[in-house]
Amino acid sequence: MAAVLQLKEIYKTFHKGTVNEKRALNGVSLDVEKGDFITIIGSNGAGKSTLFNAICGSFPIDQGKIILDGRDITRLSDYKRAYDIGRLFQDPMKGTAPHMTIEENMALAYCRKTSSTFFAVNKKDSAYFRELLAQLDLGLEDRMKTKIGLLSGGQRQAVSLLMSTISDPKLLLLDEHTAALDPATAKKVLAITVDIVEKTQTATMMITHDIRAALELGNRTIMMDEGKIILDIKGEERANMTVENLLALYSKESKKQLANDRILFSTQK
Amino acid sequence: MILLIFGAVQLGLIYALMAMGNYISFRILNIPDLTVDGSFALGMAVSVMTAISGHPLLALVFAALAGACAGLVTGFLQTKVGINPILAGVLTMTALYSVNLFIMQGKANQSLFGHNTIFSMLENLGLSKNASRTVVVLVIAVLVAAVLAVFFKTRFGIAIRATGDNEEMVRSSSINANATKCVGFALANACVALSGGLVCQYNQSADTGYGSGMLVVGLASVIIGEAVFRHGGVTRGLYAVLTGAVLYQLIIALALKVELLPAYGLKFVSASIVTIALAMPKIKSIIGDVIKRKKEGV
Repeated sequence: MAAVLQLKEIYKTFHKGTVNEKRALNGVSLDVEKGDFITIIGSNGAGKSTLFNAICGSFPIDQGKIILDGRDITRLSDYKRAYDIGRLFQDPMKGTAPHMTIEENMALAYCRKTSSTFFAVNKKDSAYFRELLAQLDLGLEDRMKTKIGLLSGGQRQAVSLLMSTISDPKLLLLDEHTAALDPATAKKVLAITVDIVEKTQTATMMITHDIRAALELGNRTIMMDEGKIILDIKGEERANMTVENLLALYSKESKKQLANDRILFSTQK
Repeated sequence: MILLIFGAVQLGLIYALMAMGNYISFRILNIPDLTVDGSFALGMAVSVMTAISGHPLLALVFAALAGACAGLVTGFLQTKVGINPILAGVLTMTALYSVNLFIMQGKANQSLFGHNTIFSMLENLGLSKNASRTVVVLVIAVLVAAVLAVFFKTRFGIAIRATGDNEEMVRSSSINANATKCVGFALANACVALSGGLVCQYNQSADTGYGSGMLVVGLASVIIGEAVFRHGGVTRGLYAVLTGAVLYQLIIALALKVELLPAYGLKFVSASIVTIALAMPKIKSIIGDVIKRKKEGV
């Protein structure tokens, strides 16, 4: 099967030639297949978010190639790549425009794929948005004229999730998208995420600090450290992996103890 | 007195166009655009020269187009060149000073006396001076407001609005945020220059220095309008601005009439109105704190 996303030897160094020089990506190569749901773990500063930024084109990379669905997008500007990439951030405020209504926000996200109509908000699309919102089971389908800024973080994140998948992206990038939500809401948003990914079979990469969730969700787990992928497991190997083994493996591979509070705490649940 | 009110309303409707331009940059794009002072005078310069050559209607079209170009330059400087938004506006405004003088063939002011204006054209059809003035400005102001209100509901329109609200979201929706910003600025300055073009035909003269301080006058109108209408959607916002501009001119006309302040005090008043309005949230929180402390003290 052809890979949806191919990363070939990606390098990125920030602040080159200064005392703050930081090798953020150190030769990352990865093939993401259609239907893959990859969970990504690693300590802070390992390069997880930087990898997402590189894929989305937030900055030009120093070396390497990014190929999305057979097309070389290495030099493409960020908004052009976004045509085929859906992305969700940790901060629920980032994915929506607060002073615009739910309907208008969704219409904007839907712009790239729907037939071009004169008005952004129209009957046909609104009916579709309503259907999608109803699936969230948050009662938002009756509040489509509400400004998004009035919704709670969890509701906003749920709508953002719909918006980032509404136009059938080839790749979905989730950057700790439930980390800023309370546990109950986080669980709900995660359930919706899994539901949407299963239904659409979109290739998905999800950064998480919850190692248990990283092993339970999806079909493949990647661990990053110092800008490199140090572990890539799937299938049987992944099925037999326990949180303890993964942590042990981490210290072996990176030859250091895992000194990251967030990961340690999240394993003690 | 009636004449005074008529005059104030007419001027208010003309300045409403400029205030709508300010509303687009300041409220919708969420970026203060200092090009305004220059593009207002640009509209005047283009309008006066075209009217002198005998095309008062075309003069307004050209004025708006020239303003749009000025807005595009500011947008380009901000997005592609990466200059700080405020500085980008100042640079365009400064350069426009020379451009305006060039258009007016090196003269700082030009008179339109003896030439046809859009107002005199209507008078020639048999309307009275006051009626023709009111009709022209009312039709243009309401028409522009209506067109803008519809535009901001179209696909590109909501993209511009979203750019001011959350630029990152616009980019990740695969929309070129640089383009939406540039078009937003072009639209804003087209409104401003159209306003300048109308003012010059209304006053039958153009002056390169007329534009200075226009940004603040526009903002004052926006703020007064919002105080009357409260915040709402864009359509409501545009009509609020229209009302605000008329109210502002009425207030100024009355203040001048009762000799509350000399004519040269106008800019001070506009600046004060904007300053107080922008300081309101802070003032409210300080007053709230004082009240709270007093209550706790009892």
